[in-house]
Amino acid sequence: MTIFDKFRGIEHRLEELKALGGRNPFDVVIERPLSSTAGIIEGRETLLFGTNNYLGLSQSPRAIEAACETVRARGVGTTGSRIANGTQSLHQQLERRIADFFGQTHCMVFSTGYQANLGMISTLAGKEDYLLLDADSHASIYDASRLGHAQVIRFRHNDPEDLHKRLRRLDGTPGSKLVVVEGVYSMTGNVVPMAEMAAVKRETGATLLVDEAHSFGVLGSTGRGVAEAAGVEKDVDFIVGTFSKSLGTVGGYCVSNHPELDLVRLHCRPYMFTASLPPEVVAATIAALEDMQAHPELRSRLIDNAARFHAGLNTLGLTTGKTVSPVVAVVLDTIPEAIALWNRLLTLGLYVNLSLPPATPDHHPLLRCSVMATHTPDQIDRAIEIFSEAVNSLKTEALPT
Amino acid sequence: MSETVQDVSTLIISKLLANPKVPRDITGSSKIVEDLAFDSLAVMNFVMEIEDELDVSVPLDRLAEIRTIDDLASCIVSLKKGT
Repeated sequence: MTIFDKFRGIEHRLEELKALGGRNPFDVVIERPLSSTAGIIEGRETLLFGTNNYLGLSQSPRAIEAACETVRARGVGTTGSRIANGTQSLHQQLERRIADFFGQTHCMVFSTGYQANLGMISTLAGKEDYLLLDADSHASIYDASRLGHAQVIRFRHNDPEDLHKRLRRLDGTPGSKLVVVEGVYSMTGNVVPMAEMAAVKRETGATLLVDEAHSFGVLGSTGRGVAEAAGVEKDVDFIVGTFSKSLGTVGGYCVSNHPELDLVRLHCRPYMFTASLPPEVVAATIAALEDMQAHPELRSRLIDNAARFHAGLNTLGLTTGKTVSPVVAVVLDTIPEAIALWNRLLTLGLYVNLSLPPATPDHHPLLRCSVMATHTPDQIDRAIEIFSEAVNSLKTEALPT
Repeated sequence: MSETVQDVSTLIISKLLANPKVPRDITGSSKIVEDLAFDSLAVMNFVMEIEDELDVSVPLDRLAEIRTIDDLASCIVSLKKGT
């Protein structure tokens, strides 16, 4: 018996995955990005359709320039926590810019989006409180529920009536009720029915936190996300999000009109006990936000691209989610089928994400694709063509059993 | 209406047996993860079905203490009594 015995199961599963497809799907290396939409993988130019880089801003010239200038002026890191030596004027500027963008009074910036959810949710919902989570919540939200001390209740995915029922069961119990939903669910691309969720919040007096990680920069007339798109921003108490998707950098944030957000800084362990963002990342993030605001056409192009890709995959007879969003998940029946298709796509020059149960809802494996504003129509058509070639070539071969 | 642990346990077993993948010989002392080969997600999804049937919510932290079907039944009965 050793301390590693618990990993033997995953070791065995990984060997099976490698045997089925020849690759370790969790060890893909992008040797070098060529642009926001293409990179070198296994020595070949490969189309990137699994990066979450929705607006392509990881390669924003403005952000690159800001990062270079800042790193020369300020060095490469802060070496400290936000509540000690890790707050520079740039961190405060970024907080002001993000708060202003959302039209909210307060903002906290975290070192990652994961930590923003982990910190906010675990800190807001205390021992006497209840935390109500969508069943398909991201790992950062589930981990927050384990770090905190609240009682945790799951409601059915994207089901406001089920949430309402579960809140009703808590009628008369002391303690606050914090409801957490995501704008766009990262595995499936499903969009939350935000207006209905906000109505439940109003009716029950619960506190509402929305994770806009995959909807920030994507939905809403100015890119503020699903709450803006549904016209219910005033019902949302806290918006959490990340810079590592639409803004192309790294880091997380929470914005709110509750002035008590500043008190959270002194209770929130994932905020307090980690180093703050390096100055060049902060500068690049501010520049990327400016880029996003200066180029609203990126958002409309993204939505057009998502619709083109979604329709193309459906024409091939592949099963995807119904809603068109920049996350397009191809749902497959079996793991061997998913492994074979994912490997064939990569060999043919298309990178997408392989998502396996139990990280996916309903025990179905998914090929999770993410579309970008910077994909050209030709790249989208080529990606659909590669899907078609891969599916057809696998049909003519016996699938591994 | 007040269900006993036995009532709830019987209801859970009948719900479980509706799933053809579940072994036919389960009893109240069957272990949910080991004997039923449920992963953490399957356990949470199954508990959701029972919650609806009995109009009760089982907080996830309570779920962590549950090993057997009877444990789940006792937990639900105590939640319904408000303890």
